[in-house]
Amino acid sequence: MSQLTLRPAEAGDGGPQARRPGPRPGRLRRSLTPYLYLLPTVLLLVALMVLPIVMVVGYSVMDNVITTRSSESVGLDNYVEVVTDPVFHTAIRNTLYFTVVSVLAHLVLGLAFALLLNSAFVGRWAKAIFRAIYVLPWLFTIAVVAVLWRLLLNPNGVVNYLLDVTGFIDGNVEWLADPDTALHAVTFINIWCGYPFFMISLLAGLQGIPKDLYEAARVDGASAFRQFWHVTIPQLKPIIISMALLDFIWTTQQFALIWMTTGGGPINVTEMLSTFTYKLAFSKYEFSMASTSAVIILALSMVLAFFYVRHQKVRD
Amino acid sequence: MDLPNVRRRGLKRTGVYAGLTLGAMFAGLPVLWMALSSFKSNSEIFEYPPRIITDNFSFDAYTTILTDPAKLRFFLNSYVIGLSVVALTLVVAIFAAYAFSRYDFPLKRVLNVVVISVQAVPPITLLIPYFGLMVTLGLYNTYPGLILTYLVFTLPYAIIMMTGYFNTLPKELDEAVKVDGAGPLTALWRILVPISVPGLVSVGLYTFMIAWNEFLFALTLTRTEDMRTVPIGIQLLMGQHSYEWNEMMAMSVLGCVPILVLFLFFQRFFIGGMSAGAVKI
Repeated sequence: MSQLTLRPAEAGDGGPQARRPGPRPGRLRRSLTPYLYLLPTVLLLVALMVLPIVMVVGYSVMDNVITTRSSESVGLDNYVEVVTDPVFHTAIRNTLYFTVVSVLAHLVLGLAFALLLNSAFVGRWAKAIFRAIYVLPWLFTIAVVAVLWRLLLNPNGVVNYLLDVTGFIDGNVEWLADPDTALHAVTFINIWCGYPFFMISLLAGLQGIPKDLYEAARVDGASAFRQFWHVTIPQLKPIIISMALLDFIWTTQQFALIWMTTGGGPINVTEMLSTFTYKLAFSKYEFSMASTSAVIILALSMVLAFFYVRHQKVRD
Repeated sequence: MDLPNVRRRGLKRTGVYAGLTLGAMFAGLPVLWMALSSFKSNSEIFEYPPRIITDNFSFDAYTTILTDPAKLRFFLNSYVIGLSVVALTLVVAIFAAYAFSRYDFPLKRVLNVVVISVQAVPPITLLIPYFGLMVTLGLYNTYPGLILTYLVFTLPYAIIMMTGYFNTLPKELDEAVKVDGAGPLTALWRILVPISVPGLVSVGLYTFMIAWNEFLFALTLTRTEDMRTVPIGIQLLMGQHSYEWNEMMAMSVLGCVPILVLFLFFQRFFIGGMSAGAVKI
């Protein structure tokens, strides 16, 4: 569909014709050349990735960091305190609910829209127009998404009006301020703005499935559903797994949407690991505790990253 | 084709279009409501019953924003930071991708895994040390502070995408130049880069989008209003005095315009890059 056949899996693969440095003059220089090209990247990653991680791990075992100059090592005390904090438990539960529901809904909606767009009934122009509309939510800055849904979900807003008129609700629901609905509301908003990421990749994947696989299935008398289940899904499986892992990793890190809609409230019902950590640092100025929480989040993310990298390698 | 079959096809077709329309309403109506609200007066925003076009339909909210130097400053900041990040990301990523795509070296596998996995490092983990670092280095509340920060988020996927792109180009191209006695740098800048423009556009668009949309670090690493970016500007509007919903909506529409325009003009590149599946929001 475009010249871009990029996949993370291909990164640094060197292509099938990987070459070895031949025994020729200037061999040392040649073997150093790639490192020279990678020097800016490596310097940046060391300064802005490795060093900060070392720093944050250091902070996490000290007290009074950043705010004072005299901080002492406290061993694992901070870890014990964070891990036993009930709000931290709430944050983990909320982040899990938010992430699992978001990723599943992104996948289902993304797949449904991709299948509709890929349908033989849809002409080229209709497809381009619908695709542009479907991608729309994904193009918006999260800040805008948050403001937009605060307008729509306002107690006096248009969503309440429509639901009231059609009889689904009675009176004005404060979607983002009611402890019973706030977590579902922010999850819904996140679903709304995140599915296009899946849709586009799955659409590209659908277009890449060889037509003769379907012909063969039809010759065998397979129904539309069986074709979907036994041809489409297996063919899309690598994309689905890789998208789902990436989405899972990124959704657990969502901060701006929560911060701008509920700020983690009311009474912590939408507190996520990210907002919990941010508040520790920049509302309570407990930078040591915040660092500890940040290191725990990093460790959890690295577990997910391990599966992602391994999956990418298998795809190689 | 017999009649029932024709009818079944017609039914399926209707079903597909019904599904498409429902989907378009789900995605598009909230956006439409935002745009419509920006033309209302603030007192009409929560009118009961809601109306699509109200009596005081006007561009006042836009005029207010576009004549306020403090708000225009948000846009200037976002553009300066966005464009700088794009330029730096492209240069650094081109070199790195060239090494990954055209050379074999002992640490290649390791570095490759590092580049893929740093994408998973949570921004919140980096936030606290960055805050300390930026204050120490005097980069707190400056452009360079934010630009450097954003490079960390844009570089990994930029390198991955560019390496993939270079891998699709036959290596005979650069070998041919080298036979003429030119060095690898000439091969890169005279041959590979010019024919990689579609890939560069795609990477550049994503880089700009990430920088334009970033919230957490823009919130934490700047302090004064004249250094704030558009997303923070929108948040500030929410806090200010009473809620000026029409202005917030106008600001939101204006804040999305650059990305929407880029998307309309370069849809193909966006879609191509998105299917690369390595793009972070």
